[in-house]
Amino acid sequence: MLIRLLALIRKEFLALLKDPKSRMVLIVPPLIQLLVFGYAATFDLKQIPYALYNEDNSAISRELVAAFDGAPAFHRVRTLQAESEITPLLDSRKILLVVHIGQHFSADLLSGRSAPLQVIIDGRNSNTAMIALNYVSDIVQTYNTKWSAAHGLSAPPARLESRAWFNPNLESSWFFIPGIVGMLTLVTTMLVTALTVAREREQGTFDQLLVTPFQPAEILLGKALPGFIIGILQGTLILLIATLWFHVPLLGSLPALYTGLALFLLSSVGAGLLISSLAVTQQQGLLGAFLFMVPAVILSGFSTPIANMPQLVQTITLIDPLRYFLVILRKVFLEGAGFDVLLNQLWPMALIGLVTLSLANWLFRNRMY
Amino acid sequence: MNNIRGGARMRLTALVRKEFLQIRRDPSSIAIAFLMPFFLLVLFGFGVSLDADHLPVALVAESPSLDTADFLASLEGSHYFAAHYARTMHEAEQDLRSGKINAIVHLRANFAAGLRQNDGTPIQLIVNGVDANTARLTQGYVQGVWANWLARRAQSRGQELQMPVQLVQRVWYNSEVKSRNFLVPGLVAIIMTLIGTLLTALVMAREWERGTMEALLVTPVTMTEILLGKIIAYFTLGTGGMLLSVGLAVWLFDVPLRGSFWLLLACSSLFLLAALGMGLTISTLARNQFVAGQVAIIGTFLPAFLLSGFIFDIDSMPSVVQFITHFIVARYFVSIVQTLFMAGNVWSVVLPNVLALALLAALFMGITWKKSRKRLE
Amino acid sequence: METLAILQAADLVKTFAGRRVLDGVSFTIRPGVITGLIGPDGAGKTTLMRLAAGLLVADSGSIHALGRDSTLDSLSVQALMGYMPQRFGLYEDLSVQENLQLYADLQGVPEPERAGRYQELMHMTGLAAFTGRLAGRLSGGMKQKLGLACTLVRAPELLLLDEPTVGVDPVSRRELWVIINRLVQEQGMSVLISTAYLDEAERCQEVILMHEGKILMQGAPDRLSAPMTGRTWAVTVLDKKLRDVQAELTGHVVDALVQGDHVRLVTAKNSTVEALRALPGLESAQIKAVAPRFEDGFIDMLRAKSSLRRTRLTDMPALNVAADSLPVIQVEQLKRSFGSFRAVDGISFQVKRGEIFGLLGANGAGKSTTFRMLCGLLPASSGSLRVAGLDLRVAASTARSRIGYMSQKFSLYGSLSVTQNLEFFASAYGLSGQARKRRLIWALDEFELEKQADQLSSDMSLGYKQRLAMACALMHQPEILFLDEPTSGVDPLARREFWQRISALARSGVTVLITTHFMEEAEYCDRLAIMAAGRILAMDEPAAIKARAQTLENPEPSMEDAFICLVQQATQMKDST
Repeated sequence: MLIRLLALIRKEFLALLKDPKSRMVLIVPPLIQLLVFGYAATFDLKQIPYALYNEDNSAISRELVAAFDGAPAFHRVRTLQAESEITPLLDSRKILLVVHIGQHFSADLLSGRSAPLQVIIDGRNSNTAMIALNYVSDIVQTYNTKWSAAHGLSAPPARLESRAWFNPNLESSWFFIPGIVGMLTLVTTMLVTALTVAREREQGTFDQLLVTPFQPAEILLGKALPGFIIGILQGTLILLIATLWFHVPLLGSLPALYTGLALFLLSSVGAGLLISSLAVTQQQGLLGAFLFMVPAVILSGFSTPIANMPQLVQTITLIDPLRYFLVILRKVFLEGAGFDVLLNQLWPMALIGLVTLSLANWLFRNRMY
Repeated sequence: MNNIRGGARMRLTALVRKEFLQIRRDPSSIAIAFLMPFFLLVLFGFGVSLDADHLPVALVAESPSLDTADFLASLEGSHYFAAHYARTMHEAEQDLRSGKINAIVHLRANFAAGLRQNDGTPIQLIVNGVDANTARLTQGYVQGVWANWLARRAQSRGQELQMPVQLVQRVWYNSEVKSRNFLVPGLVAIIMTLIGTLLTALVMAREWERGTMEALLVTPVTMTEILLGKIIAYFTLGTGGMLLSVGLAVWLFDVPLRGSFWLLLACSSLFLLAALGMGLTISTLARNQFVAGQVAIIGTFLPAFLLSGFIFDIDSMPSVVQFITHFIVARYFVSIVQTLFMAGNVWSVVLPNVLALALLAALFMGITWKKSRKRLE
Repeated sequence: METLAILQAADLVKTFAGRRVLDGVSFTIRPGVITGLIGPDGAGKTTLMRLAAGLLVADSGSIHALGRDSTLDSLSVQALMGYMPQRFGLYEDLSVQENLQLYADLQGVPEPERAGRYQELMHMTGLAAFTGRLAGRLSGGMKQKLGLACTLVRAPELLLLDEPTVGVDPVSRRELWVIINRLVQEQGMSVLISTAYLDEAERCQEVILMHEGKILMQGAPDRLSAPMTGRTWAVTVLDKKLRDVQAELTGHVVDALVQGDHVRLVTAKNSTVEALRALPGLESAQIKAVAPRFEDGFIDMLRAKSSLRRTRLTDMPALNVAADSLPVIQVEQLKRSFGSFRAVDGISFQVKRGEIFGLLGANGAGKSTTFRMLCGLLPASSGSLRVAGLDLRVAASTARSRIGYMSQKFSLYGSLSVTQNLEFFASAYGLSGQARKRRLIWALDEFELEKQADQLSSDMSLGYKQRLAMACALMHQPEILFLDEPTSGVDPLARREFWQRISALARSGVTVLITTHFMEEAEYCDRLAIMAAGRILAMDEPAAIKARAQTLENPEPSMEDAFICLVQQATQMKDST
């Protein structure tokens, strides 16, 4: 029994890794992708290109301008002389925003009135626009505080003191990099599982397997384990890169993280094998892989929070294993969570894995083609 | 000479007809072209949003008074928050840890007294920083509520609020700041990248595997004609999917289409050519459905999703990564559709992107053409 | 008279991955005749065809078709020739008419000529009634004829056919030859056809015999058979199974083959009846001289190149055949439908222990479906079936270790080496440690795979793949063997070795159920069932089945005659009702 199973696993590994082309496909792209995506996936803006339109040109307004120029997040690409220059610049996306200081800016300030500072921003990517406005508002706040202190104005009766737990500088890459770990693991398991049964069916070896004394459950195990083992190994490698290269803090319990990884692999391998055993041709397997993978990623809360989705869609996300794994990754990495907090994320993945694997197991023998 | 050209036209027509017959017989292509965009766009169009609403927030007032009630009521009144009172700070912190709430607004026992002192009183805001973006949004919304509250309070006492510099913001192209307006056009671009590539990723490999390529190759047909036949057929199919997606974006999701429909159609066509070209390149180089499938899984979705500027700002990426994004077909199309939908016919955006798409299309087609000679080796 | 060369090769060399597939091949083919390209697997036939069609480029040497260089001028060569690749090059999801029209368009057949041409081709191939059917739904024989029709849609001067008769039933093969002969006679077409069927070689005016990338002989087929005169014999021994007679003789003569009611012998030198009596088991045999055939010369020539060993198969379990006479396989009223299509329509048969039972039938007769049901791969719609007293579909999985299964596609793991495949299947049946090692050594030795032990199984020629597939099926010493078209596309030498092994296995008590297209192979079976349209038309011993086709004109019908006769009778009966 064990010998048979070992032989099966060995065969699956050989079939996956013997061909240098497949070996490359399995190992190199995920690593490159982690590096590239790790740098790409961030909402933190750097070098926001902006244009300055300063009609005031006094020492006071220059002080404000200096605050912008001194901020690493902003990069002045143009200084405008006329209002008519604004539209073409914004239209062409050469700049994200225009800081417009009116003629009476310093006069207003000195006379104790509120001086308006106009910011015109490109809202085509509303998220980027909102973040950039946040940055602008920070600069203006600092300037106001300084101005009030210097000119003996009374402070507002209440001031806001913000603190962020778990990620004090609100670095969004800390949020995304653990997420990328989950996504890449999903892609790899799909790669290993989604086409295997369909390929064996097309080549006729699946029949050969079915006439040996293997039980469907053994065949299933044989097909599932390589995806599982490769997933664990690759996951480990990616975790190492995330902590050692990107310096994302890993505060929580490793056993909890690996339990999560194992259950996630169980569920995604299950989904992959279910797709694979449903498909008669590799074309169908590929289509199925995409129809699972794309929604699984987009609705996982990787980039857009699940809480923002309408109720119906939120319900759909309950069958998305990546959803649970992302929570586990982020909680373990940044919040230092352990088993107690994660239990609610663990059992749904186990359930998904169980259901998909049993369905795949049943289909092995009963799928007509 | 005329005869030969006539023959070429006849062969091309025959190849296109053949592709269409095959498409009709194999529903999976039609599913890819029409069902997939419909399903994905509806799901994501409704599902994907960066606009936080009803953020769960806990309010803690250590010694409740009229002043605390006044401030907290303005938080409760905002549709951005789903606020509830927590009795103790400890309880609220527990909820923050377990993820039940996103933020705590904490008013200390001396809040009311501090309000009347000269240097003011602190309002403590603690956010869960794991999701940095949501955290930042929360901070921004609380700040807005705070500023409004201050202004109202000052007004009610007949004072004018002293804000030396007042920020006046104007958001162009998307004045309601609806993230759906930029996410939906972006999704059209991502989904069409997948579909364009998927449609063709297996077709060349399939002809090799099934042995039909060998039979085609010994007829007078040229490789260019075989490729053209496939491109024309799948281009037509892809255009259908594209029109469906644009229709959904405009009518189902109410994304304004400010630019010209015809310009959008022209750009889409060019983009489809590039996406189909990418699929054909994969298919031609792999010559084997399994490997072609694997490359399609790895090479299309995640790069298009993360590196196209669909959600992550390309200008903020390191320059090496920015360089890589230049090879992502979706990148150019995301830029074009976001502009055409929300800003209008801005030629200074459209033209460079169109040029880049044309170059990429030519590159992929060139590789495909170069690698598919009329030989079996 | 000097005839013009229609295809001329000079010193062709072609290497794939370091292996010389063609090693200095030169020949000239005359126009207006059928030339056969014959040789065992891996001889380089297909490569030669592809070079002639301009699909490959030779490493050195040249090939000219119709006076043009196939490599440099491939477009104009392709415009004048027709080429049918091994898998016919049909789009299975297009209908017959659509396939035909596609190739007519691609070949630039002028519109006015088409209607007539289509009609002619459809009439010639007998496909006129099926123009609307999808090519994928056609039987193998019909596919082959459609492939030919598509190749002929613009009448070519030279027709290249690459193994057009592989996996095609005898009726369809016969029809194909009628068509080809007509093309040559009526239209003066030149045909180059590669084939693994040696009886087909005799239908060619000229043959080219290839072996390991070299040409061994070129000329009329009788150039090969004529020198064999005086060396071919028919032998019968009373009270002895022909198979056993053959087995005893193997190794002592060049060739021994069961044929009808006698064993056909080919001796190494001219011999006499008296001299033959000295051979083992022939003391009291009836021996008479027979006319030589092409196949005799072919085997003789190849034997000189590669020796055929006498198979050992020594360690097969010696099952006591007499002890139980219970049927090992029992099938009763077995039915299987796919939708409204009845693939198997109520068949019943029994197979005894140690018996070789053959299922013969055209493509789509229901043989493979029956097999899949017996092996438990497919549930039956109704009826009962028992293999070793069990229904394998519901029996415990260990029951499956009593059977061995070899499918027509030689389902091996292409990315695994020979040893890895063998080890895998041995372990799949629970062998381990020393036992597995012993079986591995046995398999490598018995099937002469030592040299290929580390080669990827996908890189091997068809003949070797078949050996490996069989070795894999035998690793666990099964008592029942299911073989689904195990010799399809395999050359005569490999087939002979294969049958030797099967006979030896049957002698040791293994029950064998086999399907085949090769009618002469049916002679090796103890009993046969001939199937058509999901039903069994006849079931008996080979001799008895042949007797049914006996007529005055044909007093000694071959198995092929009998098969065709039975199938035609069945069709007529169906038509009349």
